[in-house]
Amino acid sequence: MLAFTIRRLGQSVFVLAVMSLLVFAGVYAIGNPLELLVNPQADEVERLRAAAALGLDKPIVEQYAAFVANAFSGDLGRSFVYNVPAIRLILDKLPATLELAAAAMVLAITLGIPLGLIAGLRPHSWIGRTIMAGSIVGFSLPTFWVGLVLIMVFSVQLGWLPPNGRGETVLLAGIPVSFLTLDGLRHLAMPALNLALFKLSLLVRLTRAGTREALMQDYVKFARAKGLGPGRVIGVHVLKNILIPIVTVIGLELGSVIAFAIVTESIFAWPGSGKLLIDSINQLDRPVIVAYLMVTVTIFIVINFAVDLLYSFLDPRVRLGGAAAH
Amino acid sequence: MLRMFRIAAIFILALAAPFASAKEREVAIGLQAAITSIDPHYHNLSPNNSLLLHIYEPLINRDPNGKLVPALATSWRAVDDLTWEFKLRRNVKFHDGTPFSAEDVVATYKRVPNVPNSPSSMATFVKPIVETRVVDPYTIVFKTATPHVLLPSDLASVYIIPKAVAEKATTEDFNSGKAAIGTGPYKFAEYVPNQRVVLTANYGYWGGEEPWDKVTFKILSNPAARVAALLSGDVQMIETVPTSDIARLSQDKDFALASKVTNRVIYVHLNQWNDKTVPFVTAKDGKPLDRNPFKDARVRKALSMAINRDAIAERIMEKKSVPAGQLLPDSFYGTSRKLKPLKYDPEGAKKLLAEAGYPNGFALTIFGPNNRYINDDKIAQAIAQFYARAGIDAKVETMPSSVYFTRATKGEFGYMLLGWGTESNEQGSSLRSLLATHDPAHGMGVTNRARYSNPVLDKQITEALLTMDDKKREALIQTAAETAMGDTALIPIHYEVSTWATAKGFRYTARTDQYTLARDLRPVAR
Repeated sequence: MLAFTIRRLGQSVFVLAVMSLLVFAGVYAIGNPLELLVNPQADEVERLRAAAALGLDKPIVEQYAAFVANAFSGDLGRSFVYNVPAIRLILDKLPATLELAAAAMVLAITLGIPLGLIAGLRPHSWIGRTIMAGSIVGFSLPTFWVGLVLIMVFSVQLGWLPPNGRGETVLLAGIPVSFLTLDGLRHLAMPALNLALFKLSLLVRLTRAGTREALMQDYVKFARAKGLGPGRVIGVHVLKNILIPIVTVIGLELGSVIAFAIVTESIFAWPGSGKLLIDSINQLDRPVIVAYLMVTVTIFIVINFAVDLLYSFLDPRVRLGGAAAH
Repeated sequence: MLRMFRIAAIFILALAAPFASAKEREVAIGLQAAITSIDPHYHNLSPNNSLLLHIYEPLINRDPNGKLVPALATSWRAVDDLTWEFKLRRNVKFHDGTPFSAEDVVATYKRVPNVPNSPSSMATFVKPIVETRVVDPYTIVFKTATPHVLLPSDLASVYIIPKAVAEKATTEDFNSGKAAIGTGPYKFAEYVPNQRVVLTANYGYWGGEEPWDKVTFKILSNPAARVAALLSGDVQMIETVPTSDIARLSQDKDFALASKVTNRVIYVHLNQWNDKTVPFVTAKDGKPLDRNPFKDARVRKALSMAINRDAIAERIMEKKSVPAGQLLPDSFYGTSRKLKPLKYDPEGAKKLLAEAGYPNGFALTIFGPNNRYINDDKIAQAIAQFYARAGIDAKVETMPSSVYFTRATKGEFGYMLLGWGTESNEQGSSLRSLLATHDPAHGMGVTNRARYSNPVLDKQITEALLTMDDKKREALIQTAAETAMGDTALIPIHYEVSTWATAKGFRYTARTDQYTLARDLRPVAR
């Protein structure tokens, strides 16, 4: 166990190092931030001053060495554009993205599984067909377009919901969240629905397919023959068995929800970290890009690590030592 | 019982009444680009300069037409070629109550070149000043090393802050609001990076009462989201209306559009770094040409004649552009009435190319950005189609500006689509930046990505910039512009027109500098 943890930690540091090197080289290859930062009317002296102020006058290798040295003391650099520590900029924006992603996942799960179950139990009824038709729509329409239609209907035509921004926030365990206020919920509703739509359709189809397959199984037939009520047959025998693949997919999709949030964030002007990343890439704000990806990689490493530990805990056949496997 | 109801009703009305009237004087505005700081000297960036003009003021301001008008200075004059005297406004107070005087100007100009980590400072504007003398609290004299006619225009970009703030405040102090103290018509209330800026009226403003008690600027960079915010009533005005929505909004009587030609010209630079070769320009069969065709003025003129500027303005820009014949629209200082946009003439272009030794034309690639100027990639596509009619094979390659400008500056493109906004609003400075022979150490041709070089033009520009007399200088700049355009030193396409859209009950006075100012937004009777 200890050996596994140490080896995992070593791998993680290696991944972070490779990651930062790639991003550094990548941004360097894209272009020179000074071209975008310095006012074009400025003269050569000003250009040189800005280069020196941002540390861009040194060779790239030296810049990277300085970055690594600072990173070890916990400093990932200051944003070229905003002149604040990059990590603070990201941590300011991250809660908004995570809240949006979580709200979208909750919507997708609480609507997707019951709807999929209904569609699976009554595949030929009008309600089953309607749900399936709806899921095709949710699947095939681009997020961008659906977001605009939502704004057009609910903000412009009906005037029910605000078209952009994040509502009033309150502190929950030191993190600002908006889902606890009415204003926050009104702002959250459309972006969350927009982001959830694709996952919702995916879950509906997955649940329906699982349900239809499970209904054919002998144990379901047997349970019915035994005289169990439909509630128990569906709730215990069907649902419990089909949940395994669904949970796996939900876990996988959580990451992509955070990634896809970028499109939704820009349409609804949601102040999240996805929008920050896109803006930073457009402005070649290298410290923010590097720090953002470092944070993301760290999150993924931690999640994977937790999943591995959980796995060994749930299934005693899995051993983390690794030595026995060879 | 009834009486109690009555009292309650009066009470509720009394509570609600001030609320209702307060609501009337509140306004929200949708902006296109993020405000990167509240520090007025940290980042010389148009969106920042526009927004911060609410909080701070320069000595000299610009009116909606770009003309210099008194602000914190009531008058200014050149005493001799190297000396400027500014008379300052009396009885002006900063937001914190301290009175404004010459010492604040001195301290501000001292801070400007020394803002730590500034990605683009205002140092260029105060650098010409080599000596400052405070004659009395309301008179200040600046000395320059060489005649510097653009000093008033330069100082219009530098916003004054109190001495106490200038001496010790950091950029972070401004962003938190602690140091965000100016003399402007609005006070700082809140700044959330990349999200919003909230301002409240400065009731003690020397310039009189402002139309709004509270102004909220929202950053809505996505064009469709910006329009949706206006349509839904979330904001009362947006800047930079996307061209695709202009037709629709102009027909809707619940909205009004305001537009004005700007000081930004969209133009083409033709690579003349080398006499023999030029990147991405070949014979039609792909073989290299024996010399750089862009060195030949006839070829440059042919490439200009082959572009149908009217069609671009009409069909791509929805009439929100004005075909260009020089670097600034006719109404600006130093522009020549003789310079008109070149007529579309593909046959004439063919003839000129034949004269220059290219009877069968040649092949080139048009490079351009795709997220910097209005419809930049569509303009590049259109030019390629016009060139096909003049016998030139043109391919188009556009890319994000983060990639594009670095490569353009390195001279990696042969034919490059670019844009230039002349912040000084006078053509001399744009000629110097774009077309003088590349010599950055002396401030000449700093942005001459074509490396175009014409000694006659250089001489004319230098002479104009050293002439203090306004009338004489204008004539010299006009001559220089005529020299440059007569040689097709670059190919001007059009001047951008910026457009604002307002909801019913509001009217905006459009500005040439593309600034979005709450003070120019007024309520109108419904």
